[in-house]
Amino acid sequence: MSKPVKIALAGEGGQGVQSVAQILMDAAALEGKEALYIPNFGIEQRGGVSIAFVQIGDEKIGAPKFKIGDIVIALSDRAVRRTQMYVGPQTLFVYDSGIQGVEGDLPKNAKQVLAIPALEIATKKLNPRVFNILIMGAVIGATHVVTLDKAKESIEKRLGYKFEKNPELRELDFKALQEGINLVAGMGVS
Amino acid sequence: MSETSVKPGCPVGAGERKVFMTGNEAVCWAALAAGAEIMYGYPITPQNEIMHYWTRNVPKFGRRFLQTEDELSAGFTTIGGVLAGRRAFTATAGPGNVLMQEPLSMAEAMRIPVVVVIQQRGGPSTATVIYSQQEVTLTCFGGNGEGLRIVYSTSSLQDLYDYTIKAFNTAWKYRFPTFVLGDGYQAKMRESLNIYDPAARGIDMVPTEPFVGKPGKIGEGREAAHLRNAYSVEEELEVAMARDTSEYERVTPEIIEYDSYNTEGADIVVIAHGIVFRSAAMAVRELAGQGKKVGYFRPITLRPFPREQLQQAVARAKMLLVAESAYGQLLKLVKENLYGGPCNLPIKTILRPGVGITPEEVTEACSALLDGKGA
Amino acid sequence: MAVEMELQPKMPKCWNLATKPHKFCPGCGHGLILKALGQAIDDLGIQDRVVFGCDIGCSLLSWDFFNMDTVQAHHGRATPVMVGLKRANPELIVIAYMGDGGGYAIGSQHLVNAANRNDKITMILANNTNYAMTGGQMAPTTMPGQKTETTPYGRDVKEDGYPMLGPEMVAAITHEGAYVARGTVSKLRTLKSYLKKALENQISGRGFSFVEALSTCPTNWRTNAEQTWAFLEQTMQEFFPVGELKVPPEAAAPTAPPGAVEGEGE
Repeated sequence: MSKPVKIALAGEGGQGVQSVAQILMDAAALEGKEALYIPNFGIEQRGGVSIAFVQIGDEKIGAPKFKIGDIVIALSDRAVRRTQMYVGPQTLFVYDSGIQGVEGDLPKNAKQVLAIPALEIATKKLNPRVFNILIMGAVIGATHVVTLDKAKESIEKRLGYKFEKNPELRELDFKALQEGINLVAGMGVS
Repeated sequence: MSETSVKPGCPVGAGERKVFMTGNEAVCWAALAAGAEIMYGYPITPQNEIMHYWTRNVPKFGRRFLQTEDELSAGFTTIGGVLAGRRAFTATAGPGNVLMQEPLSMAEAMRIPVVVVIQQRGGPSTATVIYSQQEVTLTCFGGNGEGLRIVYSTSSLQDLYDYTIKAFNTAWKYRFPTFVLGDGYQAKMRESLNIYDPAARGIDMVPTEPFVGKPGKIGEGREAAHLRNAYSVEEELEVAMARDTSEYERVTPEIIEYDSYNTEGADIVVIAHGIVFRSAAMAVRELAGQGKKVGYFRPITLRPFPREQLQQAVARAKMLLVAESAYGQLLKLVKENLYGGPCNLPIKTILRPGVGITPEEVTEACSALLDGKGA
Repeated sequence: MAVEMELQPKMPKCWNLATKPHKFCPGCGHGLILKALGQAIDDLGIQDRVVFGCDIGCSLLSWDFFNMDTVQAHHGRATPVMVGLKRANPELIVIAYMGDGGGYAIGSQHLVNAANRNDKITMILANNTNYAMTGGQMAPTTMPGQKTETTPYGRDVKEDGYPMLGPEMVAAITHEGAYVARGTVSKLRTLKSYLKKALENQISGRGFSFVEALSTCPTNWRTNAEQTWAFLEQTMQEFFPVGELKVPPEAAAPTAPPGAVEGEGE
């Protein structure tokens, strides 16, 4: 019985953190895997760091919250600071290299700390709108929780209605996925 | 009052299938599948989505909905719906649960089978909108009565689905207010569960009947119903209480539900309910798998509490570990129900009001206890 | 006619600088109402005597908004807490601040009774036609056909009635000494004048004062800036007429000349 992969994704509201989590969940379901997702949520409708906790595995997931993640991704400076508590000696910590002023806040106890130019690539090569899909690609590339095929199928399911109006979006999203995967492949992560 | 035109066919389809959805959504589908006809409610986080999903399905499945002016009204209007003979329910949390105790006292007194879903949030007062297990005492014993209620504590979305359906049957069969006690984590999290038409599992829904407005002319085969909850003298109350308490005690063995594991040879028995039970179960199974003498006991009905089953489960234990996201609400129930049995067992605790408890925390605590370092 | 040279609008002195920028959503009307209120309090010089009571919902976010004593109460209960305070210490100037749910749903019994008793409190209610903080459910002030999370097919007046007219109800049940008005965040100077008169009504000891302020919620209305403004200015004002509904005869003359409604923008 293998343990589930524990993923914590954090960013500012509007960066699409919860969307990525839900697409990942859908992909896991399509793979026939078990998964559990829980968002953090406070009183405010807006503002505050948005965190998604996702666990994907072969067996039913035990409990919704975990202390230490296998992979923690932070997409803003506030998210970097907020997610320190989920980092342990076996954690892969990923953050966007465009974030300013967080050198002192990066975890010192992680297995590996990875800076990826996700926003830069999304903005320059693709479209800033697909930034979160690129992040999803990075998660998949680093953890292999779902296959690229099922990830694409899941994106199609959830965002298909947008593709009808803008077919180019489909290409953009799929490219973003691949770019995300490439980002972590080139950096020595399995 | 005209019949609700509940459309035939189960809203979740015939048979059963596996889905991924949130807890609030699961509650709504279970209520629809159970044939619930009308929901009354007032917005309060974290149960709002039950109303959102319900109102979207009202025209599709011929159900009804009223958003009331507050939870006092939500509770009393639910009573009204039940008096009309409908499967009626409401949902609330936190301060809304506090307000609802007034109408729930009336339901208790008059044996009105209301069904209430509670998604616990931080307390007391407004606290957080997120999560806790701090409404145990309130849900089991709130109001100015004796807690003649039935409370199911769910620990998964499957539980939420199963027990929401069961709550209607329990309420209408035994005629005590019945609660599905969930929490904000279960409400908002997404995991897999099997949704089903109750008939597909051989579950017959207990038929409802009106308390008032029955067919027929008064005086010609029909008597007017005179329903009250007020008495003139102590003796009248004594009679009513004796009738209700003895009935509650009589049906208790039929209603009680619990789960236990590895308690026979266990030195330490971990006791937890709701979502915390899942963390406890993970920890205990992992340790037991390593040959450690740890077991668990999970009360599923907090009310009536599985007293004998608890005492049996801990009969040979050396120590108990009670874990809850409250400051002793489960602990109090445990201690009270150990009376007459091994009530001097040392009890260690993980008490975290309003905060989740991870499997790792339970494992750490158990390991420390096993090593004799205390918790 | 002399044209006043105005400096850039300053933050009201009674605002709590430490908690700015505030937490309200972009485009929210609360920030504007609380600015008008802050200016009125500054003008009257009562910062030290005010107790500001806020409700649940988005008004909850104002618990540390002002540099004044503040009490955050339960949903609908800011009113009775302020009533209790005022009865125990009439020297205080008490303000109960809430949304449409806190005033017209769960708090309606308190509104009606405070008004009937002519309690010397000032109630200020932000009307944005929905329960915003909890995700956009129907409110008493939701308009016919308006889609909310609990009226996904639009509010059906046959089932759920018409939007509640709070100031009209308060004006009908109060006697002499009460001040009742409805303003809008789109006419901020006028709203400020209403709030100032409301507070003066309390300070003078004449009686109860109630101001509803039409407010915006682009987050739950899911509208852009242009749509938000149109909703506020056109749609809402079809149901909620703006103006003073009850003014005690002893009250000071209106601070804005009658008919000065156009070209108000600040």
